[in-house]
Amino acid sequence: MSKKTLAVEFKSVDKWFDDFQVLKDINLEVSVGEKIVICGPSGSGKSTLVRCINSLESHQSGVIKVSGDEVSSKSKKDNKTLTEVGMVFQQFNLFPHLTVKENLILGPMKALGLSRKDAEERATTLLKRVKIPEQVDKYPSQLSGGQQQRVAIARALCMEPNIMLFDEPTSALDPEMIAEVLDVIIDLANEGITMIVVTHEMGFAKKAADRMIFMDEGMIVETGAPEDFFKNPKTDRCKLFLDQILQH
Amino acid sequence: MQKKTVIAILLITLLASCSSPPGTWGWYVIDPTTKAGWNNITFLLSGFSATIQLSIIAAILSIIIGLIVVLPGLSENRWIRMPSRIYVEFIRAIPLLPMLFWVFYGLPVILKSMGINIPIDPFWGAILTLAISDSAFTAEIYRGGIQSIEKGQTEAAKTIGLNYFQTMRYVILPQALRRILPPLANQFIYIVKMSAFASVIGMQELTRRANEVNVSEYRPLEIYTLLIFEYLILVLIISSGIRWLERKLGADQRK
Repeated sequence: MSKKTLAVEFKSVDKWFDDFQVLKDINLEVSVGEKIVICGPSGSGKSTLVRCINSLESHQSGVIKVSGDEVSSKSKKDNKTLTEVGMVFQQFNLFPHLTVKENLILGPMKALGLSRKDAEERATTLLKRVKIPEQVDKYPSQLSGGQQQRVAIARALCMEPNIMLFDEPTSALDPEMIAEVLDVIIDLANEGITMIVVTHEMGFAKKAADRMIFMDEGMIVETGAPEDFFKNPKTDRCKLFLDQILQH
Repeated sequence: MQKKTVIAILLITLLASCSSPPGTWGWYVIDPTTKAGWNNITFLLSGFSATIQLSIIAAILSIIIGLIVVLPGLSENRWIRMPSRIYVEFIRAIPLLPMLFWVFYGLPVILKSMGINIPIDPFWGAILTLAISDSAFTAEIYRGGIQSIEKGQTEAAKTIGLNYFQTMRYVILPQALRRILPPLANQFIYIVKMSAFASVIGMQELTRRANEVNVSEYRPLEIYTLLIFEYLILVLIISSGIRWLERKLGADQRK
């Protein structure tokens, strides 16, 4: 654990898409090793918040720091910060023209300057960790959705990030494949990496989260430890949301 | 389909020559059994070499220039984008023939006034004109192909630390290539046909040679019929090459 440095820090961050304000005065501190789950209705700014951390979106005011370094609101070329943060997308975004192995070694070889041999070693280890070592020479389209998402997780881990962001990692999956992906994420959570997960999988949240965050209309409405959060939501909006998604 | 087209055209020509009154057709100008006819044929066919060289070099240059033009054209910053847009709009608006005259007769004057004494010969004048004229279209083809790749690909590349050029080189262009190739190949056929304009600045390619034989023999019908078949055969060979290439790329594509 590094001393007092926070993994991620938001200080009164605002963001607009043209006239529409997507993030309103966001203040958030994530300590190293913490697991955060963000939930909330669609359009509440969850994804945008996560995407601001690795500069996929730029914010207009306020300060965002990753491991103590400020993420500039203008320049998107902050490679150092970027490689420190891994990301898993809802739509996997694997490179369809490359095999699983090639998907995994591209970043380590081109951005980190690893040799092919070292990168392949890393890829093999990680494919074992996400439990699909046998798929190494296949193309993404030959894999199931769950397998593709696990490859995407391995691809992000290949960069040895300190922080992992998950943007609705199971929302595009068939129900029977959700568990295999969540299992991999829970394994990862147990290894001490900092994680910020946007998801509606409340079972997963109860198991893995240190802290829950509920967002609505671009604001952080409620935060709390999972036990309190699920049992005694403080705000009506949060209560309503939880009722709706926990119904079945 | 293509074989049928060729056969149909051949038949129409033959029928036309059979049913016309005597004196309409005079195939003797290119009769390979006579010495004069044979000389004419070899002279006409030897224009292939220049036409092919012109087209291939111009196409390669156009592909390179198009890429250089399109990359800034994809920027989010409109000031970086602007020169690229201006280039495309400007070049696309100039007809090939005036541009050819300008490059061949005008450009040397400008170069001379700047103290550069490079004569522009018909070969390189034609190549330069064809390449520049075509590059505006090539750039637009690239743009369409690149913009058709989902935004998530660029984002994923960014999150694994690739910079702009690495993202283009390893992620976007290889995927875009498969969508770009068919229209690009189409464009190559266009260049082959437009290379006929090089005849007006004295380039000894297919059309020029046909004109020269025609001046001495005065049999335009036979000579220009042969000329059309020369282009037809060349284009048919190229399009079958394109189909082979598309099949080969398609076989690798497991999307």
